[in-house]
Amino acid sequence: MDVDERTTADHVGLREKTITVTVNGDSYQRTVPVRRSLVDFLREDLGLTGSHVGCEQGVCGACTVLLDGEPIRACLMFAVQADGNELTTVEGLASGEELHPIQQAFWDHHGLQCGFCTPGFLLTTYDFLREKHGATEPEIREALSGNLCRCTGYQGIVRSVQAADETWER
Amino acid sequence: MKPAPFDYLAPADIEETLDVLREYGDEAKVLAGGQSLVPMLNFRLARPAVLVDLNQVAGLDGIQAEDGALRIGATTRQRSLERHLSSRPAGGPQDLLRQALGYIGHPQIRARGTVGGSLAHADPAAELPAAVSALGATLVIRNAEGTREVAPDEFFEGFFTTSLAAEELLTEIRVPPWPGSTRGAFLEVSRRRGDFAQVAVAAVVTVADGRITRAGLALAGAAPRTVQAYSVVDGLVGSEPDAGVIAELAGNFAAELDPPPDTHGPAEYRRHLARHLLQRAIAQAAGLAGPRAASAA
Repeated sequence: MDVDERTTADHVGLREKTITVTVNGDSYQRTVPVRRSLVDFLREDLGLTGSHVGCEQGVCGACTVLLDGEPIRACLMFAVQADGNELTTVEGLASGEELHPIQQAFWDHHGLQCGFCTPGFLLTTYDFLREKHGATEPEIREALSGNLCRCTGYQGIVRSVQAADETWER
Repeated sequence: MKPAPFDYLAPADIEETLDVLREYGDEAKVLAGGQSLVPMLNFRLARPAVLVDLNQVAGLDGIQAEDGALRIGATTRQRSLERHLSSRPAGGPQDLLRQALGYIGHPQIRARGTVGGSLAHADPAAELPAAVSALGATLVIRNAEGTREVAPDEFFEGFFTTSLAAEELLTEIRVPPWPGSTRGAFLEVSRRRGDFAQVAVAAVVTVADGRITRAGLALAGAAPRTVQAYSVVDGLVGSEPDAGVIAELAGNFAAELDPPPDTHGPAEYRRHLARHLLQRAIAQAAGLAGPRAASAA
């Protein structure tokens, strides 16, 4: 039988589930279809549109968020899998009107042009610099290898990460 | 694109998982880290009726190291294993596992991707199947009736194909201890950082009293499945580490390979990579050359 033709009576598991997640310190409870990706959930159910949907196949890194502190592709996870977990998105970086030092560094050093890839780069950088002080350029390029940018040619992004490495007190 | 509708089950323990797999068999697909499966779902290349999420299953992840052996739970995240191995003294055979993990995708992929998931997916160009093959690991497989343990060669059957039956679950990977004078090396050439290997070589070599006493060699990207270089191992064991011998054995082995050509190069290119990476990985693991010798690959 085609999957799309299954009726409710055929269901052996859940098609919808109510989940509770903490995003940037705020708790949310929503009922979602089990096939909804985490990034679609963040954008469409919670209205947090900072996380971008690029390739939906785990290649571009635009949807990178932190799940319990680890950077992950939010297009390769279903929202139901984040039930009970803590997420950090780009909306969680700045303190009110004050940019996070990583955001400020990207602003200052031409770390973005169109900005589509930027949320992913910011969270990847956040995870990288949290553990690393005094990163070398090859280490930075390695750390950023899972994020694609089609505007900047990466030079400005690498400079931004180097700058944030110095300005972010952590 | 978005996945076709599926029914979602998230069993809490291994027994419940095995019951679910027995009941739904081919209709069900197991979801571990999802780094390969979810893109296939998104493209609707895979349309399972039931998705069985292993991420809530208790007792399926974790790393135990004792007496030189390593037991890795199937849903252990690749990044967790990488961190575990990085925190231990370098130089032993498990170095190759740490090096292999560093070639898998990117930090975001490894944070979610699992060790068992990569093995069960059996991409012929993936790093971990070659690494566990060279290390002579044992794969522990369970179904509702019992447990069986298989060697990598009985597990990897072909292109994205393993001997796992629909009602079976890979639960653990056991890496055996090697003698103290054993070293490992993992070398890879890929088009871009994080890509699957064009060719990668995993090498484990034990040298005692000036002679090679034991070795394990496996390649990714050189055939429709990960392959072990048994003829090279046979030629090495008993001999003194010697660059000329290694080169001849590697050359003979690579000449017999029939890798599929693709848009990145003809079969001859992969044979060339196989020969040179084999040579360098063996030389490193046998203590003839340092890691720097491979950087020009």
